[in-house]
Amino acid sequence: MEEKNILEIRGLKSYFFTDNGVVPAVDGVDLDIPEGKIIGLVGESGCGKSMTVRSVMGLLKYPGRVVEGSIRFDGREIAGLKENELRDICGKDISMIFQEPMTSLNPVIKVGKQVRETLLIHDRSISREEADRRVIEIFKKVGISEPEKRFNSYPHQLSGGLRQRVMIAMAMICKPKLLIADEPTTALDVTIEAQILRLMKELRDETGMSVLLITHNLGVVAELCDYIYVMYAGKIVEQAETFELFDHTAHPYTQGLLDSIPRIGRNADRLHTIPGVVPNLLHLPKGCAFCNRCELAEKSCHDQGVELREISPGHKVRCIKPIEHKEVTGS
Amino acid sequence: MNDSMNTAPQEVLLRAEHLYKNYSTGKKGREVHAVSDVNLSIMKGETLALVGESGCGKSTLGRTLIHMLPATSGSIYYQDMDIAAMDDKQFKPYRRKMQMIFQDPYASLDPRMTVRNIIAEPLETYKVCATKEETTERVLKLMDAVGIPGEFLNRYPHQFSGGQRQRIGIARAIALQPELIICDEPVSALDVSVQSQVLNLLKDIQHAFELTYLFIGHDLSVINFVADRVCVMFLGCICEVAGKDELYSKPLHPYSEFLLDAIPVADPHRRNRQRKVLTGEIPSPMDLPKGCCFCTRCPYATDICRKERPELRDLGDGRQVACHHPLG
Amino acid sequence: MFEHEDKNMALNEDLQSQIGERDGIRDKLKRMCRENPLAAVSAVVIAIIILMAIFAPVIAPYGEAEQDLINRLQAPSAEHWLGTDELGRDLFSRMLYGSRLSITIGILPSLISLTIGVVAGLAAGYFGGWVDYVIMRVADVMLSIPSLILAMVVMYTLGTSTVNLFIALSMTGWSSVARVVRSQTLSIKQSEYVEAARSIGVGRWKIMFRHILPNCIPSLIVLFTLNVPSAILSESSLSFLGIGVKVPAASWGLIVNQGRQFLFTQPWLCLAPCVAIMIVVLAFNFLGDGLRDALDPYMQR
Repeated sequence: MEEKNILEIRGLKSYFFTDNGVVPAVDGVDLDIPEGKIIGLVGESGCGKSMTVRSVMGLLKYPGRVVEGSIRFDGREIAGLKENELRDICGKDISMIFQEPMTSLNPVIKVGKQVRETLLIHDRSISREEADRRVIEIFKKVGISEPEKRFNSYPHQLSGGLRQRVMIAMAMICKPKLLIADEPTTALDVTIEAQILRLMKELRDETGMSVLLITHNLGVVAELCDYIYVMYAGKIVEQAETFELFDHTAHPYTQGLLDSIPRIGRNADRLHTIPGVVPNLLHLPKGCAFCNRCELAEKSCHDQGVELREISPGHKVRCIKPIEHKEVTGS
Repeated sequence: MNDSMNTAPQEVLLRAEHLYKNYSTGKKGREVHAVSDVNLSIMKGETLALVGESGCGKSTLGRTLIHMLPATSGSIYYQDMDIAAMDDKQFKPYRRKMQMIFQDPYASLDPRMTVRNIIAEPLETYKVCATKEETTERVLKLMDAVGIPGEFLNRYPHQFSGGQRQRIGIARAIALQPELIICDEPVSALDVSVQSQVLNLLKDIQHAFELTYLFIGHDLSVINFVADRVCVMFLGCICEVAGKDELYSKPLHPYSEFLLDAIPVADPHRRNRQRKVLTGEIPSPMDLPKGCCFCTRCPYATDICRKERPELRDLGDGRQVACHHPLG
Repeated sequence: MFEHEDKNMALNEDLQSQIGERDGIRDKLKRMCRENPLAAVSAVVIAIIILMAIFAPVIAPYGEAEQDLINRLQAPSAEHWLGTDELGRDLFSRMLYGSRLSITIGILPSLISLTIGVVAGLAAGYFGGWVDYVIMRVADVMLSIPSLILAMVVMYTLGTSTVNLFIALSMTGWSSVARVVRSQTLSIKQSEYVEAARSIGVGRWKIMFRHILPNCIPSLIVLFTLNVPSAILSESSLSFLGIGVKVPAASWGLIVNQGRQFLFTQPWLCLAPCVAIMIVVLAFNFLGDGLRDALDPYMQR
């Protein structure tokens, strides 16, 4: 791979120091985001996917903090930067959209003004008229109909889909190199979700920015992403290019997730389930974190930790006994 | 494939006729039409799914059907008794026949009550058991049925994970051996791996307790798994009612087609498939279009669609559709 | 083996609860003690003062009204720790006995007004409509009258006695409690677990007292601890003005009143009870603030 990585995370560890002990929410994550690619970070709630990006953005809340690891953005180390130094990068070169657009917008300020504010903070040389024009332009770009009218709307006057478009406009207005989207469509209806996903793809194609998409929905990553990381209990358990991941799934957890999705056209009487629940990060098993829920687990899985290893070019898996695929004929 | 459809006698359990539910918004004369002119039958032993986007009135319809919200007009027949017109006192004997499972497993359990008290509450309300010990025994049986180990009897909800809380909610709903359970998006707040566990449990319990479900949801792939029949709603109106297989293979209403096309598919090979993506936003339920509710977003809309509201027509084969120009 | 695993599984919580966002009251109190030592110290101080009040007859070296006319107006000494007043009564003993009345007056009217406020607030919030309207307008009226003046009016019309003092102080506190309980009731009423109880067919009284009230308790604890010092202060003011407790009974306000005339010659007679009032009021306020930070759902984040 000759591409340049816009973001490189190496050995990131973010721990929460709670009354009951140290919670390793992010435990040694390596993650690359090449320029112009859409990268998916998939996992269930509590797996540490949101904590990973919060660490990047310097948004970890007490009692959590980054313990070690390096985060390089565009060749520059940003782990351990002071808040005001980080602020210059976050919001301008890296911007983020959140799951719930209503709580991320200030309810008493007009949305156009909020978007303009973001622009003016990061570029003081722009005149107000110029800024207004830019806001209207970006509103058009993200598919907000009647942008001049919407400029003067308050957040509560907009529907969920429009609010998420405003959030995207706000994130896009400084022409970021990296857009981090944390469950951007989870709160939206399917028809709106399809619109937003299409919009994100179009914006990527147009501007060449990179996107880190965090979601629990394997359908969404399959539709949108170029490369996928699967996270479980604070660690990356599998990473591969999208087609490779879906065609040659190697980790039993990824396979279990794929099997538990109800699918249209597959009329089963029962769904496949992964037994048990996500382990308590305070009391992780000694061996593989997934061993207690894994149907294929052997004694060695319980006894020793597992490292991430490459099983084919660009496909890494954290499993002693990855699922092997016989060459599929047809399809 | 539909065992329950074929074996169960087609007996109507609950029937709504010309059901309306309006909310006043405080402003003079402004009313939100959450449910307008709904005709619907729920068969005994089936799972009828109510699908639609947020704000389409599916939750309101579900709650109105079981008397949690008063209907503005129209009738709801349960065993040939019109329950819509009853007051709370008259309805009381019917209340225990209709229970509910809620969406948010964190908000639907009282944080200050133990699991035992939560599940025992319906039993105590109707004085099902004579003694405390008997109640506890029943609670333990219910916990066993939903897969919560009995030793957690005296724990509080916050000590459980989302999926386990939802199991507790299910145990509470089946405690009175109801006939109909309204499942209001019971898995949409859960993770994928937990979601499949709860869905399987819902199916098992339906067989074991001979339940009828009204399953409210927005995720069509989940509904494909649980439902026998599907009812698609848009802005308080029913667009289409059909058997699951018929709807998924050949939707008749344009809106159903868009909904089906919008589902993200966990298969990258299909990402470049032909998809119809809806444009435009949902109109406000405060001023509905005069004609078909869907006409403002529908690419096939003609003049008649904008002028006249289509009736829900019976097309035979158990299919009903409210559209002037049904597809297919 | 399997059973053991199952147990572990069920005890697992998701990450959110692990980082302490969904703790029980006990965990929250523990955290408060660690993060806010001032509140913890205040709790200890309050406990000591209450114990001293209860065991006053045991601790006090002299009787409540035991006069010793030979040793009048003495300065603090080993014999009389805080000196004696104009009738030769031991100030320390008198303050110990006085604390019984002052503390009772702090706590009892607060409890009464809490009870009235809870019932009024629950009814207003749950039933809404005209019930809400009437109760809240009465509460508004009560809040618009300065509480001290209201208490004075009550004391003048009913006559000065300890029982009437209780009535006067109970009347003033309930309206603010009712407001808080009403707003909490309104929000809890909307919650899914109340809806769930309704869907089962649980009666409204049961919903109010089984589901809504227990979930108001954190705020009630806070309100109570903040109400106590204001009641103590009101009592002191009333007794100082001479319409509160009557001699020979002792309360801190009364002792201040009696010591007033010797403020420049024997200042300890006035200062000691003032300091005592200050300590108790501050301790309750600190504790109340700490509890609010720890328990109040609206203060979190």
